[in-house]
Amino acid sequence: MVDLTPKSPCAGLLPFVCGRVQLTENDPGVITSVAPFAGKNDAVSVHLAEAIGVGLPETGSFDAKGEIQVIWAGQGQYFIRAGQSQSVPGSATTDQSDAWACVLLQGEDAADVMARLCPLDLRRMAEGHVARSLIGHMNAVILRREIGFEIMVFRSMAKTLVHEVSAVMRSVAAQRGATQKR
Amino acid sequence: MRITCPICGERDRREFYYLGARDYLDRPAEGDLDAMHRYLHLRDNPVGVTQDLWQHEAGCAAWILVERNVTTHEVISTRLARERKL
Repeated sequence: MVDLTPKSPCAGLLPFVCGRVQLTENDPGVITSVAPFAGKNDAVSVHLAEAIGVGLPETGSFDAKGEIQVIWAGQGQYFIRAGQSQSVPGSATTDQSDAWACVLLQGEDAADVMARLCPLDLRRMAEGHVARSLIGHMNAVILRREIGFEIMVFRSMAKTLVHEVSAVMRSVAAQRGATQKR
Repeated sequence: MRITCPICGERDRREFYYLGARDYLDRPAEGDLDAMHRYLHLRDNPVGVTQDLWQHEAGCAAWILVERNVTTHEVISTRLARERKL
């Protein structure tokens, strides 16, 4: 067997630090998408609570226990990040581990950067909440973590994501500099 | 224009994809060619309140039945297309 070296979606692109914001790649590990069949939400939640210790979260939020996370990811869809792939009866389950580019945006001006990229008012987003929305023209999953924002986009968009966010980080830093000089 | 997604809450119009009149929900039976012709091609073009289908494409992906006024741009009500009364 040929021994291949895995390459992360943002390899060679991150980390990027500018002004009071840092953009770093966040390895999500194994991502399992779980879409419960009609009427199976409760059964799936009970199964997950027994299997990994975390059930299905409320719409628009995520639950975590240690490294294990269950994330609301859209209508009737959840992402499980639990280190290993999951088999969940009563649901359509797919492995999406390599399908997403995940980055962390953190620092004092993170919300200002997001304000220039996303139609939502993310200053008001509380920790533990998730939104599906846009970053520029890209569909994204946005999670509010304690340390900052995690942004998930399709892997093929990784370079565009880094380009768009870093350009805005430069702009915000430049505007801060201009304000301070006055 | 802002549309309230029944799942995600009030969101900007740019997150939504517009399909067309709500008539798309009422697909006629197979074989009824006149009805299929009406279903595909014939539409009213009302001034005022209309009902049409939008998808929260950049959000939760839900199909939404939106009642809105095309003259004032007021969005009167929204509900999930899957929950409509047949």
